[in-house]
Amino acid sequence: MTPRRTARALACLATAILVTAGLAACGGGSDDSGPRQLTFFVAIQPGGTIEEVSKRCSEESRGRYEIAPEFLPTDATQQREQLVRRLGADDPSIDIVGMDVIWTGEFANAGWVEPWQGKLKQQVTEEVFPNVIETASFEKDLYAAPFNTNTQLLWYRKDLVPKPPETWDEMIDQAEDLKEAGTIQVQANRYEGFMVWANALIESAGTPILSGPETVDLEQAPTEKALAVIGRLANSSAAPASLSTSDEDSARLGFEAGESAFMTNYTFAYASAQAEAPEIGKEMGFARFPRVDAGVPSKPPLGGFNLAVSSFSDNKDVAFEAAACLANKESQLTAVELDGLPPSRSDLYTDKVVTKAYPGFAGLVKESIEGAGPRPTTPAYQDVSLAVQRTLHPPDKIDPDDTESIYDELKSNLEDAVKREGLL
Amino acid sequence: MEASAQKPAVSSQRTRSEHRLAWMLCAPAVLAMLAVTAYPIGYAIVLSVQQIDLRFPDEGGFVGLDNYLAVLGSELWWTDFFNTVFLMVTTVAIELVLGMAIALVMHRAIFGRGVVRTSVLIPYGIITVVAAFAWQFAFAPDTGFVNNLPLIADDMDWFGGRFSSFAVIIMAEVWKTTPFMALLLLAGLVTIDKGLYEAAKVDGASAWQRFTRITLPLMKPAILVALLFRTLDAFRVFDTIFIMTRGAQDTESVSILGFNQLISRLNLGLGSAVSVLIFICVFLIAFLFVKGFGTKLDEGRPGG
Repeated sequence: MTPRRTARALACLATAILVTAGLAACGGGSDDSGPRQLTFFVAIQPGGTIEEVSKRCSEESRGRYEIAPEFLPTDATQQREQLVRRLGADDPSIDIVGMDVIWTGEFANAGWVEPWQGKLKQQVTEEVFPNVIETASFEKDLYAAPFNTNTQLLWYRKDLVPKPPETWDEMIDQAEDLKEAGTIQVQANRYEGFMVWANALIESAGTPILSGPETVDLEQAPTEKALAVIGRLANSSAAPASLSTSDEDSARLGFEAGESAFMTNYTFAYASAQAEAPEIGKEMGFARFPRVDAGVPSKPPLGGFNLAVSSFSDNKDVAFEAAACLANKESQLTAVELDGLPPSRSDLYTDKVVTKAYPGFAGLVKESIEGAGPRPTTPAYQDVSLAVQRTLHPPDKIDPDDTESIYDELKSNLEDAVKREGLL
Repeated sequence: MEASAQKPAVSSQRTRSEHRLAWMLCAPAVLAMLAVTAYPIGYAIVLSVQQIDLRFPDEGGFVGLDNYLAVLGSELWWTDFFNTVFLMVTTVAIELVLGMAIALVMHRAIFGRGVVRTSVLIPYGIITVVAAFAWQFAFAPDTGFVNNLPLIADDMDWFGGRFSSFAVIIMAEVWKTTPFMALLLLAGLVTIDKGLYEAAKVDGASAWQRFTRITLPLMKPAILVALLFRTLDAFRVFDTIFIMTRGAQDTESVSILGFNQLISRLNLGLGSAVSVLIFICVFLIAFLFVKGFGTKLDEGRPGG
């Protein structure tokens, strides 16, 4: 390259840099006039809830802010992995975080999300189920506005099962006796869904996994009873062939294909069956998540998203306002209408939108949420969940008649996990 | 150029200035290597002797070799280590045999040489994650076609058991990287003088004898290079397992173990210790190859 050509190239480059800098400066200067841009990182919802509520809230702000959704994958583990990499690096490009109920302790403890205060705090918790508020709180502070919640019901085939079972043992007996579709669909792949199932069973048996952020509870007798249920199902003819790789979607597909008379799954399963397999859909019955102990009411799983404001946002003031709007009554109704997501406000369960989305079982969903057994709240939640998944998976290794050794292993692994010791 | 009086002085000066020039030409590459390789490795070592967890920003401090002891004392590390070695040995062995066969075919192809060589390389051109998904879908009990094949049970859950999962992982890995092996072997194959085969034929050597007595010995350097590359690659296997089982059914490799500590748990101390141990293993494998076969690695190089 001749010197002159090099010089020209350098000049071009310099001009380009100057022009871009000038544009950036202009962009920075327009902050006062135009709406503030807020980025909302949240799991994608196929029905379009997120786009809809973002648009509505931006409009309602009358030019104060504009919410741009950034979608995360559908899988909870992958959502978290993307978020924590950004938050761990103090990324200012996140303003509002759609936070799964299990991340609160971790995100709050790490200082990634801001506590809510004053009037807005009161506004976003109004009429919300108390245990859902718990999932958005850590050490007495509220870190997120409850948006949607979720719970699992027992879905069964009315044409094959005259009366829904009360307990897991009863359900396994019934399934084993059926000549066709004698299987039970659950979520037992080694992923967060397995933790959801195991936690619900242990809670239903009468003991929480943790009693504090760093204290393992896990009372022996009830835990062994819950483990026996997992082992019994996994080693029974009532287990689908791919039990140890099943998730919410494979469970739904198996049920819709007519392979199973029973399924525990979230509320989306109903609308899905009506649309994808109307023949099965019209025979679809629903009941509360089965009990482990016949004498103790079950504690169904609790899921859902809460909306938090990132500590690294440059627009915290408007972000709180926007998050409050994204989580308000109207937004929750949009979520139930477009994506079938249960509202976190208990007063909405008699609303026409909700009773239309959950024909005949809106009350059951409400009751199930009220009686739910949430997963433990701890900054080390990831370690606790990994420890449970590692110890109990694949589920068929649990001998239903001898659960003592697996109980000891679970307890000692959990004790390491809350202290975040050892490999997982 | 400077005018010098004596000839030897000229040549030594020239050698020196050539050396200097060589260093200057290398410098950008060396600097880039330091920035992108040495710095991350050094940083990983620094992290691995500390207690660092991004979820607990207030904690921390030097813990010496505690993280290494925790890793090496864990049953999990050893299970995953043996999984990795098992996968490495089986995939590389199968790839070597298949790769050799494909290289011979590519070498001998009389018509459509370009087409044959290109089509063999297609799997290698596919992104590993995409290939892993394709294999996973093929073997999935609900959507896959494999269970519809004769002799295979319709409800066979390939990813529900340890060895069936390994079988699919190995198949996907072999399918994906055999072309790379074949290409490296083909490069060795074309350097062999055709005259040797003709001489052997004249002496009455059978095809098998020609393969074992001429092809294999003369290809040893190419085979060793191919084995070295693939072994190092195979030890770090991640994508295929991550997509297919995410380590469930005891199919976890050491790379997935490192990922779990670093990305899922954000435990940078423990995770870095795992990473450094993986680095040491890879380094040892490379070292053994180069030491064990060092002299043979440059055999057959022109002028070597």
